[in-house]
Amino acid sequence: MSAQIAPPGTGQERKELDRVVIRFAGDSGDGMQMTGDRFTSVSAFLGNDLSTLPDFPAEIRAPAGTLAGVSAFQIHFSDHDILTPGDQPGVLVAMNPAALKANLKDLLPGGLLIVNEDAFDKRNLEKVGYTTNPLDGGSLEGFQVTRIHMTKMTIAAVKDSTLNKKEAERSKNMLALGVICWMYGRPLEPTIAWLEKKFSKKPEIANATIAALKAGHAFGETAELAAYSVKPATLAPGTYRRITGNQAIAFGLIAASVQSKVPLLLGSYPITPASDILHELSRYKNFGVRTIQAEDEIAAISMAIGASFSGHLGVTTTSGPGLDLKSEALGLAVSLELPLLVIDIQRGGPSTGLPTKTEQSDLLHAMYGRHGESPLPIVASYSPPSCFWAAIEGARLALKYMTPVIILSDGYLANGAEPWRIPAVEKLPEIPVRFASQPNVGEDFWPYLRDETTLARPWAIPGTPGLEHRIGGLEKADGSGNISYDPDNHNLMTLLRQAKIKAIEEDIDPLEWDGDDDARVLVLGWGSTYGAIGAACRRLRLRGLKVARAHLKHLNPFPKNTGELLSRFDEVIIPEMNMGQLSKLIRAEFLIDVISINQVKGLPFRAGDLEAEIEEHL
Amino acid sequence: MSELGQPEDPTIERGITEGPGGVSTLTRQDFMSDQEVRWCAGCGDYAILAAVQSVLPGLGIPREKFVFVSGIGCSSRFPYYMNTYGIHSIHGRAPAFATGIATARPDLNVWVVTGDGDGLSIGGNHLIHALRRNVNLKILLFNNQIYGLTKGQYSPTSERGKVTKSTPFGSLETPFNPVSLALAAEATFVARTYDVERKHLPEILRRAAAHRGSAFIEIYQNCNIFNDGAFVALTGKGRSGNRVYLEHGKPIVFGPDNSKGVRMKKDGALEVVNVADAGLDQIMVHDEHHESQSLAYALSRLSSGPTMPTPLGVFREVEKPVYGDGIERQLRMAAEQQGPGDLSKLLNSGDTWTVD
Ligand SMILES: Cc1ncc(C[n+]2csc(CCOP(=O)(O)OP(=O)(O)O)c2C)c(N)n1
Ligand code: SF4
Ligand SMILES: [Mg+2]
Repeated sequence: MSAQIAPPGTGQERKELDRVVIRFAGDSGDGMQMTGDRFTSVSAFLGNDLSTLPDFPAEIRAPAGTLAGVSAFQIHFSDHDILTPGDQPGVLVAMNPAALKANLKDLLPGGLLIVNEDAFDKRNLEKVGYTTNPLDGGSLEGFQVTRIHMTKMTIAAVKDSTLNKKEAERSKNMLALGVICWMYGRPLEPTIAWLEKKFSKKPEIANATIAALKAGHAFGETAELAAYSVKPATLAPGTYRRITGNQAIAFGLIAASVQSKVPLLLGSYPITPASDILHELSRYKNFGVRTIQAEDEIAAISMAIGASFSGHLGVTTTSGPGLDLKSEALGLAVSLELPLLVIDIQRGGPSTGLPTKTEQSDLLHAMYGRHGESPLPIVASYSPPSCFWAAIEGARLALKYMTPVIILSDGYLANGAEPWRIPAVEKLPEIPVRFASQPNVGEDFWPYLRDETTLARPWAIPGTPGLEHRIGGLEKADGSGNISYDPDNHNLMTLLRQAKIKAIEEDIDPLEWDGDDDARVLVLGWGSTYGAIGAACRRLRLRGLKVARAHLKHLNPFPKNTGELLSRFDEVIIPEMNMGQLSKLIRAEFLIDVISINQVKGLPFRAGDLEAEIEEHL
Repeated sequence: MSELGQPEDPTIERGITEGPGGVSTLTRQDFMSDQEVRWCAGCGDYAILAAVQSVLPGLGIPREKFVFVSGIGCSSRFPYYMNTYGIHSIHGRAPAFATGIATARPDLNVWVVTGDGDGLSIGGNHLIHALRRNVNLKILLFNNQIYGLTKGQYSPTSERGKVTKSTPFGSLETPFNPVSLALAAEATFVARTYDVERKHLPEILRRAAAHRGSAFIEIYQNCNIFNDGAFVALTGKGRSGNRVYLEHGKPIVFGPDNSKGVRMKKDGALEVVNVADAGLDQIMVHDEHHESQSLAYALSRLSSGPTMPTPLGVFREVEKPVYGDGIERQLRMAAEQQGPGDLSKLLNSGDTWTVD
C-alpha cells in the first residue's frame, strides 16, 4: 500500500506520490461540489485514475455555518488503477469551522489540513460548539495545518470588479481550488476555459472566479506551500471520459434504444438520487426519447407500460419510496409480459430515510416486493461506468424475454464519477427485436403463444391489422390469453412465468472470480461494494494472505455456476450495505451458510475496514 | 428508428391501413370480440357497449388503430368485449396507461373506460392530470354512483346519506360532481349523457371522437343490482321534464313545450325559471366554446344530483394544444436543430482524453 503522507517537495522539485485522497468540505453554499468536480476534471485530463464520492445534505441550504449544512466532495486520484474513492483523506480542505468539525475525524494522522481562517470567527465557532478557536492551541498538532485568509484574499483578488463584497466573496472556493491545483501540479487552463464557458453570460462572475483561482495558485507558489505530483496512470489504451452512474444509465438507455431500434419512453417522478436520469434523458429528444414527468410514481410506471404495449421500450426511474408505489403496476407488467425497465437508485431507508445517502437495502424488495408469484430479472450495476452496461443488459433481457426488469444502482454509484473508456459503438451488443405481424393460430392471433426457446410471448403492437388483442391483469389462459379462472391453468401459467425467468441463467455471463487458487475464503458481493471489496482483497493478498472474490451482476436469476463456485470454498463472506439481504438469498437458494458483513451508515464501505473484517476469517 | 421515434419494422404497414374488410366497410360486428359478455342481465353497461360498437365503424378509422384501456370495476371489463387492442389495467390507473400509449403513438385512437370509484376515488389524481395535460384520450366515466364489482359500497359520487354495506347509517360524504371536476381540471371537452339514451349517447360519442385532446364524458349508468333506479328521476319514462339538453348557440330550455329555461342571477348562479314569465331573451344561450369555463361550470352546478333538472350534452369544447402533439413537435425540432441522434457522438461528448 502506498503512503499518502510524505515529506513535501518544492515548486522546483515536486515530491512524487502514487495516490492522494483530498476532501473538499464547506458549507452547502460554498460550492464544494463544483470545486471537487473541477479538480476531478483536471485530474482526469492529466490521465490519473480516479474515483469520487460526493456527500451532501438532503437540505438544499441548511442554515449557513451549521454541521447540518456541511457539504463535502472526496476525490481519490492516482498513478495506478484504483477501485474506491479512498477511505481516509490525506488532505482536508475546510472552508469553515463546521466543515472542520464534521470531517477532521477522517483525516489521516499527519495529513494536510488547509483551512480558510477567515471563517473561524466567533459566530461560526459558536454555531458548532467550539468554545475556543481550534486553529489556536494544540488540538490540531497531529496534522500539517496551512491557514489561509481565503475570504480576504478573494475579495482582494476581485477588487477591480463591480461585484459587491458578498458576491465577490463567493469565489473563495475557486481560490481554494487554485491553492490545491498548485500543490498537486494541476494546470489552471481547463478550469479557466470551463469558467469562461459556464459564466459566458455573466462576464463579471467569470472574471471574478478566474481571478480568485489564479490568486490561489499564485499564493501557493509564493508561500512555497508543499508541492507534490501524481503521474498519469497506465490505463488501457482508448478514449476516456468521466462519467457518473446516473449519466451512464441515461447513455446506456439511449444505446439500448439505438441498438434495438425500439424508441424509448421514460415516465418518471422526481426523487433523489434518481432525478438526474430524468434530467439527462430529457435532453436527448433528437434520439426520439420521450420523457414524461408524471404526477406520481404509479403514473410514471403506468405510462411506461402503456408505451411498451405500443411498441416502445418503457422505462421508469426511481428510488425506494417510489419503488414501493410502483409495486402493483410492476406486478401487472409481470402478468402482461411486456418489456419494461424499472431503475431503482437505492438510498437509505426505511421511509424517507436518508435521501442523499447510499444503501443496498432494496434487494429483497426488488426480488419479492409484489403480491403473488411474481418473478422478474434483476441486474445490478457495480461502478459508475458499469451503469452503462446495466442499462443495456436490462434492456436486452426485457426485450428478448418480454419481461419487466429491475436495475439496481445506488446513491454512491449515481453521483460518484470514474474514468470511463468509451466503447466503440460497433462493439455494442445487437438487440434484435421483431414485432409480430401475422396471425399465429390459423386466422387468429394468440398473444400468449410462447417462443419455444425463450418462452417469450409475441409482441404485437397497436396499428398491426389482424392482431387486435386484449391483455390484462386477470389470469390468462395459456396460449389464447383469454381470461381463465381454471385452477390447472393458473398453476401452469405460474410455472411458465417462473421457468421463463429461470431460463435466463443460460443467457448471462457465468460468475467469475479472481484471487488465489488455494484460497479457503471467497468474498462475494453485488452492487457498489465492488470497489471496496476489490481494494480490501488486493491489500490482503499484497500482505500474502489468501483470498478470492466474486461479484454478482445478475441477482435474479443467479448465474448458472453460482452454487458450484460458492461450494468450492470453505467460507463465503458477503459484505453488504444492508442487514444481509444477499446472504438470505444465497442461503435459501444454495443451502450454503455465509458470513455477513453489514454496514448501514449511508456511506460506502471503507476498504480498510473490510480488510480488517475479512482478515478475521482467513 | 424513424424521425419521430416510431418503431420501424418493415413487416408492419403504418398510417391508414385497411383492416379486415377495409375501413369503409367496418361494421358493428367487427368491433365485437369473441368473449362472452359477463355483466349482470339488465346492467346499463350493455347499452354503452352497444353504442360504442355502433359508433366506431363510422369514424373512418381502421380497427387496429383503436386501443381501449380500463382500470378495475364492472365497467372496466369493457376492453375484453371490444375487438380492438386493449389493456385491462389496475385500479384507477387507466388514464396513466393511456397517456403512455397516446404519447408514444399519436397515430392511435385511445379510449379510457373507468368507473366512479376507479376514476374518481383511487384514480382521481390520474384523471385530473390527464385532463390537465390534454392528452388525446376519450375518457368514458361510467357513473353508477356505487362500487359494483366489490358488491355495493358507496362511491365518491354516492349522495349524502346513502345507505350501503359500508355505510349502514348513511354516507357522511359530499359527492363529487364529475362534470364540475373535469371542468376544474382544465378539460377541453366535457359532456354528460346516460346509458339508455339511444340517440344522445352515440351522438356524444361521435362528438368526443372528433375532439382532438382529452374528451371527458360522464355516462350515468344504472347498476340494477346494487343501486337500481339511481337515475330514474332523469331517465325514467315520463321523466323527460328533468332532462336539460344543451345545444350550442341555443337558449337553454327544457320541460313540457320547452316551458322552462335557465337564467343567470345577479350573483352569477343559475336558476330555473318559467320561460313565459322571464321572457326568452332572459334565458341563457349555451356557448360550448366560451374561453372561460365559468359558464359551463355554473351549468354543471344547476343540479346537485340526477334527481332534479340536469344538463345533458356537451358542456364545453375548446381547442388547446394536445400533449402528444407537443412532444412530437419537440422531437422533430430537436432532430432538425441537432441532427438525428448519433450514438458515437453522444458517448464521446464532454471532456475526453486519449490514452495511447
Ligand atoms: C388496488 C385495488 N384496491 C381495491 C380493489 C377492489 N376493487 C375492485 S373494483 C372496485 C370499485 C369499482 O367501482 P367502480 O369504479 O365504480 O366500478 P363499477 O364496478 O361500479 O363499474 C374496487 C374497490 C382493486 N381491484 N384494486
Ligand atoms: S353489479 Fe351492477 S354495475 Fe356490475 S355488472 Fe352488475 S349491474 Fe352492472
Ligand atoms: Mg361504479
